[in-house]
Amino acid sequence: MAKVMGEIIIDIERCKGCELCFDACPKEAIQLSDTINSKGYQFAIKVNDLCNGCASCALVCPDAVITVYRKVDKAKRPVKVIEIED
Amino acid sequence: MSERTYVDIEAELTDQPINFDEDICLAENVVYVKPQTLIDIPMHYCPGCGHSTAHKILMEVVDEMGIQEEIIGVAPVGCSVFAYHYMNVDMQEAAHGRACAVATGIKRIMPEKYVFTYQGDGDLAAIGTAETVHAANRGENILVVFINNGIYGMTSGQMAPTTLPGMVTTTSPYGRDVKTQGHPLYISNLLANLPGVAYVSRHSVHTPNNVRKAKKSLAKALEYQKQGLGFCLVEIVTNCPSNWKMTPKQSNQFVEEKMIPFYPLGDIKVPEGK
Ligand SMILES: Cc1ncc(C[n+]2csc(CCOP(=O)(O)OP(=O)(O)O)c2C)c(N)n1
Ligand code: SF4
Ligand SMILES: [Mg+2]
Repeated sequence: MAKVMGEIIIDIERCKGCELCFDACPKEAIQLSDTINSKGYQFAIKVNDLCNGCASCALVCPDAVITVYRKVDKAKRPVKVIEIED
Repeated sequence: MSERTYVDIEAELTDQPINFDEDICLAENVVYVKPQTLIDIPMHYCPGCGHSTAHKILMEVVDEMGIQEEIIGVAPVGCSVFAYHYMNVDMQEAAHGRACAVATGIKRIMPEKYVFTYQGDGDLAAIGTAETVHAANRGENILVVFINNGIYGMTSGQMAPTTLPGMVTTTSPYGRDVKTQGHPLYISNLLANLPGVAYVSRHSVHTPNNVRKAKKSLAKALEYQKQGLGFCLVEIVTNCPSNWKMTPKQSNQFVEEKMIPFYPLGDIKVPEGK
């Protein structure tokens, strides 16, 4: 199977910190920041590299602040190891 | 005066905690981006409010069908009174509850256009019941997007016809008592019985899958409008974290556990042979 890599970019200035994307993400890749944006909201940030670009977070984001990218890397096919017994 | 510290936004942006992969963030790899037809300004809705999600999917549908120039919306009174600030399509504001009447006029004068109304439960099912029922009964060829959050959001949380039994609001402080305040109104089911109504479907936007389904339903309804099948209504059961006095997460849980069992999701009426 080809390796699927995802990436999200969050517009933190528009994020209202509602946290709805946290539960939507199957990889638990989003958490709340420690800092606030200029409106005073703590915002969503990406906390790990497990994103596979499923776009679940973006679908539930009320303010459409998340842009999702997905890349299928065909070169990185895992090599099948065949053990030969003799 | 003590000095306040602000986040340096520029620094924050370039300083995203986990570095983003420039190889992946290319235009050809985009799988989700804010719809073009949704004007790029912050929406006034409370954090986590389903109104914003509903605006977003409606505009995604407009984008995907490529009908920005051919669609006219009617905004209601309620929290979504400023819908015309966010939807980059021709819009008309209606008096409280009268969106279906206004949409009737627009559609009859310009039958070649797609016409939709966007209404809350207080707007559609309380003050605007007569306009809604008669537009449906006349089989006006319009789409009604009905946002059911079980409360009057804009005016700070009074009981709506759709408020659940036992639900506490500012005008039912001991919980809605069906003996004195009546039962929640299944307005979509009522309308589905009318012969002029072509399509009635109920959805929610609290999980990614539900968002997908709601979006498909909106697209279907516009398709039916194009075929001239009659009145279409898509109800979206949603939250009002502020007036339910909950966090957005809790409010979505309430939608899942209380609202949806009461207002079951799915098609209520579909056009014959569809
Ligand atoms: C003729 C008239 N009556 C009453 C009001 C006050 N009012 C404004 S919004 C609203 C209720 C809106 O509730 P809903 O349609 O459910 O919208 P939500 O805010 O919940 O989205 C009321 C009663 C008004 N603006 N005009
Ligand atoms: S008051 Fe309720 S319906 Fe209105 S914007 Fe806030 S959460 Fe949404
Ligand atoms: Mg309401």
